[in-house]
Amino acid sequence: MTLKNHLSVPATPGPRLPKCPTGIQGLDEITGGGLPLGRPTLVCGGAGCGKTLLAAEFLVRGATQFGEPGVLMAFEETEAELKANVASLGFDLAGLVRRKQIVIDYVHIERSEVQESGEYDLEGLFVRLNYAIDSIRAKRVVLDTLEALFAGLPNEAILRSELRRLFRWLKEKGVTAVITAERGREQLTRHGLEEYVSDCVILLDHRVNDQIATRHLRVVKYRGALHGTNEFPFLIGDNGISVLPITSLGLNHKISSERIATGIPRLDAMLGGRGFFRGSSILLTGTPGTGKTIVSANFAQAACKRGERVLFFSFEESPNQIVRNMHSIGLRLEPLVKRNRLRFHSARPSLYGLEMHLATMFKEIVAFQPHVVIVDPITSLMDAGTDSESKGMVTRLIDYLKAGQVTSLFTSLTQGGHALQQSEMAMSSLMDSWLLLQDFEGNGERNRVLYVLKARGMAHSNQIREFLISDRGIDLVDAYIGPSGVLTGSARVAQGDLEKAAVLASQQEAAQLKREVERKRTALERKISGLRSEYETEALELRRIAEQVGTRTFVLGTERAASGRLRQADAKVAAGARGKARIGRRTP
Amino acid sequence: MNAKPIRKPAVIPALKRSRQARDRAPVVPRRPDKLWQLRLYVTGQTLRSQTAFANLKQICETHLKGRYRITVIDLLKHPQLAQGDQILAVPTVVRRLPKPVRIIFGNLSDAGRVLVGLDLRAEVAPNPTS
Repeated sequence: MTLKNHLSVPATPGPRLPKCPTGIQGLDEITGGGLPLGRPTLVCGGAGCGKTLLAAEFLVRGATQFGEPGVLMAFEETEAELKANVASLGFDLAGLVRRKQIVIDYVHIERSEVQESGEYDLEGLFVRLNYAIDSIRAKRVVLDTLEALFAGLPNEAILRSELRRLFRWLKEKGVTAVITAERGREQLTRHGLEEYVSDCVILLDHRVNDQIATRHLRVVKYRGALHGTNEFPFLIGDNGISVLPITSLGLNHKISSERIATGIPRLDAMLGGRGFFRGSSILLTGTPGTGKTIVSANFAQAACKRGERVLFFSFEESPNQIVRNMHSIGLRLEPLVKRNRLRFHSARPSLYGLEMHLATMFKEIVAFQPHVVIVDPITSLMDAGTDSESKGMVTRLIDYLKAGQVTSLFTSLTQGGHALQQSEMAMSSLMDSWLLLQDFEGNGERNRVLYVLKARGMAHSNQIREFLISDRGIDLVDAYIGPSGVLTGSARVAQGDLEKAAVLASQQEAAQLKREVERKRTALERKISGLRSEYETEALELRRIAEQVGTRTFVLGTERAASGRLRQADAKVAAGARGKARIGRRTP
Repeated sequence: MNAKPIRKPAVIPALKRSRQARDRAPVVPRRPDKLWQLRLYVTGQTLRSQTAFANLKQICETHLKGRYRITVIDLLKHPQLAQGDQILAVPTVVRRLPKPVRIIFGNLSDAGRVLVGLDLRAEVAPNPTS
């Protein structure tokens, strides 16, 4: 539990310092709830880094979301200019002014038009501000850009003492104020305004790296509160400013154990038999031409068939091109597009910077509410920013999608030949599943193979599969793995044939052997039966002889008796004497 | 406080005397036929606003006698009027007529600057042809 608190960056502080929520995406997360309530905050930065927009959004959100009316005192832009500029962010400043939720007071001062004679103070400014605040009971005040006074008023000493009084007065008035100031050369602001504002200082920055400009926001100082101290990239989009606090999203998404099919049955089988988890992030890497887009399109079609919505960001091909190309492998995407199940969003990566890409992607996602988001390829988008920026962006995107239980599929183009897995290290750790598509070269042909490198939370196949693309779609077949290595394509087929022949040969051999054995057995049996019949003949002979002997003995016996009877005399005596002698021996 | 001291223009005493003499002498207004409408914005009856009014009145009496009208506006009573004339500093004199609008800050203690500010005299030596 404590660990969790440490992870979710700004722990809400105690009741010591009340905060005023800005309503600006991400800023409240960094500052732990907003700007210090009832105190002035200094927003400084160079030209064109969004100070005025940030200040204006603070007011607009306050009026629309928090029911806090606001006063915008503009020293540089007129009311009409401001309204037009803020309208580009989708804010109806003019309407808020009409409904008396915001008052805009344009302060015009031009040094060449004024003459100074004797003592004066800036009480007029105080009167105007006070009047504006009281007229709508404002809780929020923006002074944009106060430093214009330094150019407009000739006497800096008076101005400085009056500014000090102004900030004190703002505090006493109890309004939450945002004061914008130009970035100085050696200090935060050109005229050292930071010495008057001691509670909260936010620094905006617009840097160009590799020809790509990115805005950054940093909370330099926030007295009495914990705050994120890092530099955070921020975007100015159609929906206002959104700061991207990479670390601020806790890792506590709701998790679904529902599985969704990939559209390729064999691939589902490789992923524990049921496909990916819903809401997981999937990385699909491969060298050029390995079929990344095809796998993505299959995944999209499978999702659409389940009745889900799919948003397909394509940074290399136009929607029509994808539809046409997929048609060639039997995937018909245009009905899905027509039924509004599938939506394409194509843009060249170089069209604008990373922040704008991310902003438009968020906007599309919010508008379409997809179940599945496909980014094809994420790598070309990563060229639009530096490594850390792109990683931050992908992290943010994944976190955002995961929080909404949206399944995301990112394809990633790797350079052919080497370091297939290395270049994706930075990104792969963010992904739940990782499929690798690879070329297998040999026998004068290239064949595609597919591995499942990682799939968190499921038993997945560790085996290579050959990846076949035909006009009927995708099929995965077992690659031949044997003593001569992994064989694919025609080599696999040839090897199969070879194996078939070998099997046939051995089958034939076995059959022959069987016949031989059979023959031997019959021969043996025949021999056995011969022997048996021989034996039977002999046995018969033997019996016959025995019978003959018996008959002869009998005949001899009868003949002897007959001759004895012929003698008649002592036959009985001799018989009786033999019997007496036997009895006498038994009874001694 | 890193406020710098108020810089006063370094003026050679002899030249200063001559300038003061010139400021006191009535100047011929550029557009003598027009009525001058002047507004003096103040906040309450402070010493500074009273000084400003006295100074303005004296300058007008000297240079625009009978052709001027001064309206004193107390911003504490009418804060809504501050925005219209782009009032920041107090006291402020606004020349509404003749056009164009001219603005002078301060208690008007420097009469020469007031004359320049009201376009009663050009900052450099007036061009004799105009």
